[in-house]
Amino acid sequence: MFEITLNALSAILLVTGGVFALIGGLGLIRFPDFYTRLHAGGVTDTLSPLLIVAGLILQSGGTILSLKLLLILLFLLFTTPTASHALARAAMAAGLRFWGGERASTDSEDRR
Amino acid sequence: MKTALLIAIAAILGTMLLALMRALRGPSVYDRIVAVNVFSTKTVLLIALITYLTGHADLIDVALVYALVNFVAIVTVLKLVRERNLAPAKDPGDHRPDV
Repeated sequence: MFEITLNALSAILLVTGGVFALIGGLGLIRFPDFYTRLHAGGVTDTLSPLLIVAGLILQSGGTILSLKLLLILLFLLFTTPTASHALARAAMAAGLRFWGGERASTDSEDRR
Repeated sequence: MKTALLIAIAAILGTMLLALMRALRGPSVYDRIVAVNVFSTKTVLLIALITYLTGHADLIDVALVYALVNFVAIVTVLKLVRERNLAPAKDPGDHRPDV
């Protein structure tokens, strides 16, 4: 009984992680400018490893394999936000324009 | 159990295809870097899933090393794009150590 529950939970986590990855890929294709694409890619880069690694760890239990998977997850959770931040910063410094151009910036100034 | 693994692998492969399309199409170089970043993260996950599908526990080390190399590669490419030069030449009279 316990085994079946564990397997079902693991399957749900794996499939959800795959679906999140696909959503991120779709956002990467469909979104209109660089910053929104970075958002789609960056968010799913942390969320889908979290779900998939959790699903895999539920299958292998307390082995060295799980430890290595946890190390991978830890490293990904540190590096992907850092890479996204560096990318956004480099794009801002290079003067990449927002979607909507001038209008978006004047709108935000009006709101202030 | 195998079906869930296969579904996840198919989804990851689809994502890699979409990221590759963005990398080929992307108007700016930063779009391409984002796409390559997503692609390499998904490669790590794909290797981890294949480890469980085939039962070869050694393969997980490949994923671990790939995750480590990945970050350095992205930062290096960013620096190359920004600076156009990864190791600028020093002045001959400059004896300060490299930072």
